[in-house]
Amino acid sequence: MDIYRAIADPTRRAILDELVDRSGQTLFELCARLTMKHGINSSRQAISQHLDVLEAAGLVRTRREGRSKLHWFVGAPLKAIGERWPISTDDSISDPTEEDNQQ
Amino acid sequence: MRLNLTGVFVDDQQKALHFYTEILGFRIRHNIPLGEYAWITVVSEEAPEGTELLLEPDAHPAVPPFMKALVEDGIPANSFAVDDVAAEHERLVAKGVRFVQPPTDLGTVITAVFDDTCGNLIQIVEQKGQP
Repeated sequence: MDIYRAIADPTRRAILDELVDRSGQTLFELCARLTMKHGINSSRQAISQHLDVLEAAGLVRTRREGRSKLHWFVGAPLKAIGERWPISTDDSISDPTEEDNQQ
Repeated sequence: MRLNLTGVFVDDQQKALHFYTEILGFRIRHNIPLGEYAWITVVSEEAPEGTELLLEPDAHPAVPPFMKALVEDGIPANSFAVDDVAAEHERLVAKGVRFVQPPTDLGTVITAVFDDTCGNLIQIVEQKGQP
């Protein structure tokens, strides 16, 4: 699973937003947050499948705490995006139209 | 028709009686020995004539796997109303209660979820006032 497909879906991006807000959530907490804060009324099963996709892409990790399964956001795989298309630190050459004007 | 009884399955009735009275602060309404098990209900100190909570043995073979599956996904077995989730969270943590979800603002309500030590997660809910 590549990260581009994983983050292409708005529900999966909302899941990551909520896991950034608080690490270590159960499926129940995530579903409550998605319903109440994002108006996403997908079934628990659908959210669970979205989590599987995110986990396969390395963006979510799970761990058991007590008898509950908790979910964490892992940002490291997103570095590949910045490495593939580096963000220029020099603004003057990041915009080709500006560059033309200067010369 | 009225709702006078709700319940939770528990893996140990005596342990549950201790947790629901000594830790949560409910009052015993019934404790009737019935052989191996007992008919145990508790009520809220704030509403002693209100709905009773039955602490029901998990003796049926279908029950333990059911409880386990709910806990795995963080799904509460029951939900209780409180005036102030943050204050209850603080009070219960001081008594050693383990929360799987700290107080969380969900817009119209604030909720938290804790482990009842008897095989369940319990949600507490505060209805937020109108701004």
